[in-house]
Amino acid sequence: MSHIKSGHEPLIRIAKRDAIAKPKAIMIRAIAVLLSLVVSGVFIFAITGLNPIRVYEVMVEGAFGTSRRSWVTIRDTMMLFCIAIGLAPAYKMKFWNIGAEGQVLIGGICTAGLMRALGSSMPTPLLLVVMACASLLGGCLWGIIPAIFKAEWHTNETLFTLMMNYVAIQLTSYCVSLWENPFGSNSVGIINQQTQGGWFPKIFGQAVSLNVIIVLTLAIGMHIYLTYSKQGYEIAVVGDSVNTARYAGINVKAVTIRTMAVSGAICGLAGFIAVAGASHTISTSTAGGQGFTAIIVAWLAQFNSAIMGLIALLLVSLQKGAIQIASQFKLNNYASNVITGIILFFILGSEFFINFRLILRGKKGGEEK
Amino acid sequence: MKKKLLGFMMAMTMVVSLAACGGSSNSGAAADKTDAAAETTEEATEEASEEPVAEGVDVTAIKVGQICVEDENSGYDAAHIEGLATAMKNLGMDPATQLTLVVDIPEDETCYDTAVDEAEGGCGIIFSDSYGHQTYMQQAASEYADVTFVACTGDMAAPSGLANLKNIFPHTYESRYVSGVVAGMKLKEMMDAGIVTDPYVGYVGAYPYAEVVSGYSAFFLGVRSIVPDAHMDVQFTNSWYDPTAEGAAAEALISKGCSIISQHADSTGAPSAVQAAHDNGKEVYCVGYNIDMRAVAPDVALTSAQNNWSVLYEHMLKCYIDGTEIPTDFSAGINEDAVMISELGDACAEGTAEAVEAAWAGIKDGSIKVFDTASFTVQPTDNGSYAVDADGHLTSAFALDSDGDWVNDNGEAIMDGAFVESQLRSAPYFSLDIDGITKLN
Repeated sequence: MSHIKSGHEPLIRIAKRDAIAKPKAIMIRAIAVLLSLVVSGVFIFAITGLNPIRVYEVMVEGAFGTSRRSWVTIRDTMMLFCIAIGLAPAYKMKFWNIGAEGQVLIGGICTAGLMRALGSSMPTPLLLVVMACASLLGGCLWGIIPAIFKAEWHTNETLFTLMMNYVAIQLTSYCVSLWENPFGSNSVGIINQQTQGGWFPKIFGQAVSLNVIIVLTLAIGMHIYLTYSKQGYEIAVVGDSVNTARYAGINVKAVTIRTMAVSGAICGLAGFIAVAGASHTISTSTAGGQGFTAIIVAWLAQFNSAIMGLIALLLVSLQKGAIQIASQFKLNNYASNVITGIILFFILGSEFFINFRLILRGKKGGEEK
Repeated sequence: MKKKLLGFMMAMTMVVSLAACGGSSNSGAAADKTDAAAETTEEATEEASEEPVAEGVDVTAIKVGQICVEDENSGYDAAHIEGLATAMKNLGMDPATQLTLVVDIPEDETCYDTAVDEAEGGCGIIFSDSYGHQTYMQQAASEYADVTFVACTGDMAAPSGLANLKNIFPHTYESRYVSGVVAGMKLKEMMDAGIVTDPYVGYVGAYPYAEVVSGYSAFFLGVRSIVPDAHMDVQFTNSWYDPTAEGAAAEALISKGCSIISQHADSTGAPSAVQAAHDNGKEVYCVGYNIDMRAVAPDVALTSAQNNWSVLYEHMLKCYIDGTEIPTDFSAGINEDAVMISELGDACAEGTAEAVEAAWAGIKDGSIKVFDTASFTVQPTDNGSYAVDADGHLTSAFALDSDGDWVNDNGEAIMDGAFVESQLRSAPYFSLDIDGITKLN
């Protein structure tokens, strides 16, 4: 291959980086975010003639303008974060769990059913524990089924988990028609609207506190589990190479099933949080596509808990800001999708510059952007 | 070297494919948005020229909130957005500065968050436009007693017992009936010409709610007032807005042999499918909802049943401004100009305009009752919710059974030989299965 060098050296060559210093990686990401804001700004100005700075201000107002808005943003961030935490171990094991949406719904169904049935007879703290356990089990079951098939018969887990979503959606539809209120409305309505039985109680005067406590605890737990535990190490090995794992004496089948049990259970718990801690009802849109968005969150963060939280916060704030600019500037909601798209594109693009470097012609191992 | 190159190519493919995904959805979005921006500015300049009519109360200080389930691209929501803006202008308010409009709010806790946000932002009266919003409006109403929440098309205001939760709904069954007359005229023309032998009508419905049942039954009775032996199939899509599913449902009905397709779903899916079938040589026509469908189905659109929401919005706003009691349930029909049908299409049969005129006149003076018990029959039931005579005509019926316990919640619905719709509450409650209509799913 050495003759390539003679004569036609390309203007730019791309080389894989061996390793990158942390500050440098952070700097590249920061530049990417800044650039994305500039490009979005140019886009906003070109299309609408609005002052981009003002648009960004309004977006921030939409997400954090009042304390209530901030709490709503935090609540939705926690939901997305929780699903991403659930997905992290599965993806680290390179098990393509596309089924978070369904796992969340199953957790939601368990919670809503118990809330309806026991809301008036059981004290709320006990009921919360019962609902949490049920949703953990429900999500766990939904995660374990494709894992067993994958471990025993090598079925394709991407398709399997995806299709489990549709089963969950149909089950939800069934439950909605079973529990509809008022009769004939095809919606469950807010459960226990009067008694608030089974709703997350206010802690420190804030209805969202429990959501934050549960999810942050999970985040820390997952970080420790993946980074410091033996099981976490097994997950990493299976993810890197199944053959290596076998050679090292790891029971790949057991690890697969165990990891998906954990992954599904946490996603099920996200359903519990969605129903008992936010919507207090169940519908086929309870998961609302967040099971898929969380995949982006988990991958972008490379399964690092803290970064997953930040990315979830970024995505949710963008979405909240989007609604605000749509309302305030009479822009269609799609405008904000474009901005979100541009920002995500740059963040994803920055990963390229973190993993590779550009070498200009004539430079030996020269510096790059 | 090879490996690096491969890595680079893979990375580039990824980047390019990402760009492609982002790009395709973005470009459409950009176009939509510019449209929206252009439209709203146009509206804003109009408003600026309006003179505020102050009547003791400073109407310009009132802030109004509106929550819509889709944006202005959905005919249903466009009618609401335009309706409230018109009502505000008529009352001397400026929608550009006094209205907080939030679109694309799903029927989940986002609605509650938005309603509460608008209430905290100073809105004194807040409207939501979709049925499924009401449980969240109710939640917000229970927490903000000094703000009025109006859940359009909802039915929980009275049962909730909340003084600040209201429902409004126009007499859509009247415009449905008249649009049925238009369809009946076309059907009769096709039968007279020998093109059609079976008077078979299809209907694309959203959900099997009373609102939809009332609408298609009224439409069907309109058809039957012209073609007495007509029969109809209803296909539900289980969504208010799903162009693909509505198109597919229309296609299915056409292939079963329906000659007229009507709809209670908010997209142009069904009319587009009918136009396509017509282009392929099928003799089939359509009756739309909310918006004039001639733009998407120029050769087949007969008319559309429409609501003039501004009449209802204006009434509620006026009560709110004047400080008079705001009705818990408010409903209005042709006598108040709250319902109408769109301009007749070129495909309409000879004499349709006269028949429409006669139908409107009959509804106005009460000589035509849409749900006249003599004009339809139902199968007897043993659950006690209604009773029929030997011929199958209704003699009594529950108006309302919101909890499904087969106990009448709200009085007798049969009065003077007709089922009275929209009087015991604003939202429709006619939900009987009348003979001649078959639900396919």
